[in-house]
Amino acid sequence: MTTTTPVIPRTRLDRLRWAVADAWTITLRDLLHWLRQPAPVVVGLLFPVMVVLLFAYLFGGAMSVPGGGDYREFLLPGMFALTMVFGIEATMVAVTSDAAKGVTDRFRSMPMAPSAVVVGRSTADMLNSTLGLAVLVACGLVVGWRWHGSLAEALLAVGLLLLLRFALLWVGIYLGLLAKSPEAVAAVQILVWPLGFLSNGFVAPATMPGWLGTIVEWNPLSATISATRELFGNPGWGGDSWIAQHALLMAVVWPLLLVAVFFPLSVRRHRRLSR
Amino acid sequence: MSTTRFAVVAEGLRKRYGQTTALDGFDVTVAAGTVCGLLGPNGAGKTTAVRILTTLLRPDGGRAEVAGFDVVRQAAQVRSHVGLLGQHAAVDEVLSGRQNLVMFGRLYHLGVRSARERADELLAQFELTDAATKPARQYSGGMRRRLDLAASLILAPPVLFLDEPTTGLDPRGRNEVWEAIRRLVATGTTVLLTTQYLDEADQLADRISVVDHGRVVADGSPDQLKSKLGGDRIDVVLRSVEELPVVAAVVGRVAAAGAEVDWDTRRVSAPVRDRVAALTEVVRALDDVGIAAEDIALRRPTLDEVFLHLTGHRADEAGEEAAA
Repeated sequence: MTTTTPVIPRTRLDRLRWAVADAWTITLRDLLHWLRQPAPVVVGLLFPVMVVLLFAYLFGGAMSVPGGGDYREFLLPGMFALTMVFGIEATMVAVTSDAAKGVTDRFRSMPMAPSAVVVGRSTADMLNSTLGLAVLVACGLVVGWRWHGSLAEALLAVGLLLLLRFALLWVGIYLGLLAKSPEAVAAVQILVWPLGFLSNGFVAPATMPGWLGTIVEWNPLSATISATRELFGNPGWGGDSWIAQHALLMAVVWPLLLVAVFFPLSVRRHRRLSR
Repeated sequence: MSTTRFAVVAEGLRKRYGQTTALDGFDVTVAAGTVCGLLGPNGAGKTTAVRILTTLLRPDGGRAEVAGFDVVRQAAQVRSHVGLLGQHAAVDEVLSGRQNLVMFGRLYHLGVRSARERADELLAQFELTDAATKPARQYSGGMRRRLDLAASLILAPPVLFLDEPTTGLDPRGRNEVWEAIRRLVATGTTVLLTTQYLDEADQLADRISVVDHGRVVADGSPDQLKSKLGGDRIDVVLRSVEELPVVAAVVGRVAAAGAEVDWDTRRVSAPVRDRVAALTEVVRALDDVGIAAEDIALRRPTLDEVFLHLTGHRADEAGEEAAA
């Protein structure tokens, strides 16, 4: 039998090395999941494509873009952002089912870096969302969406989308820790839709009743959508309200605010596991 | 160190959840290289004790040492010296058996090659080599539990905690897991296991601690506990209620203690010392008085009877109270 002497990291550098190695092991675990069980990943990648086709060809004819412009060019930035929101579900499912199956307890009883599970989870989820975004950009190019600004602006827009995903990751982790059973995930799955429709992703706020338009404009999702439309040079951004005028700023502020709220909540929830 | 003889020492552990007291002055000591069984109903505090001893929970009071390390102040060292088998088989169901063991091996900071070698060793040890590449989801309950056990043994920890290792398994799966635990104990691992089953504690444990309302109410070797109870029991079921008093008197003469009569089920039940002699005598005595019984059986005392005897209340009453 292989004998192993357990070691405890003594220096700060050792601890950091452990944290990175352990997080990478957890990331690899999730990547192995993709390989061994590709169906949910493929469905997850194709679902937003289906929604794009649905809106572009089925509802698109009835939609009008304020100030004119092509509806598909208006639609795609909204779908990019909504796809980032869809990611919450994957995060939540993973966190909740690990807790329900006792895998979380096993990790906690092992001499591994406490941060590894979360860091590994975030890395894998961010990789997944980046892939999802790439697929949707390709889909957009096929249905006639284009970016009209510089490459740097386009990359900045992608950065803002991934920043939103990163913020929502912490919402997902917190809700996943809060949920007692995988069934609770279904509720979030449904709530994602009103959040998505209550944004400026599909319909311009100017066409809504005033109070509803205001709610929609203040939806964090709307800030990212407006900002990416601006950066991609797609139609439909703008508006007279303060929030509409400062979309770029708010596309940074909202995600940071979400992280500032949900990161400490998640850490606290995780600590409470040992109470 | 004075505590090295004991792999596990817990003194006066206390833990409350809101209004519920899960542990109320819990004490246990487990000598190195032995198996200790925590026996008790649901809600008695067994799992809470295991979670504190494996650093998953902080106690509100009391202290505990595992492998010579304090579970609160030296939690990291404790984690390098224990294996935990929780109530659910904590394996990744998408990954194969080997991938699971390699992943956990890497998280125990084995190098890539030694993690693979260790995984193959453990797969062979737990007779999972043939299923090594199948996803754990396709394993039977017993196989999944064995994989789970293998994962907690990657570092060959000196102390192993098993929380209801066979709950939910069929008899075959239960035997598989018992065999695996026995082989492990033979190599010198200290084991603390919790169970709701008297026969499981009897099969595996050197010493049993009976847990009720968050504290140990009795402990000793399985034989000591059983003799406290008067050992096995004889049940005589009759065809007619009128015969019950006569038969109770007959059984009472043979039994180690007074016979109990259950009028609803027409059953006379009593503890016996020598199983076969008692059975023969009861059959002969019934024949003498001319009563034909519907059924006569020897059986081990149930957990209910252990509890009734040791605590004065039934096991399920304790469970309901703690769950409320």
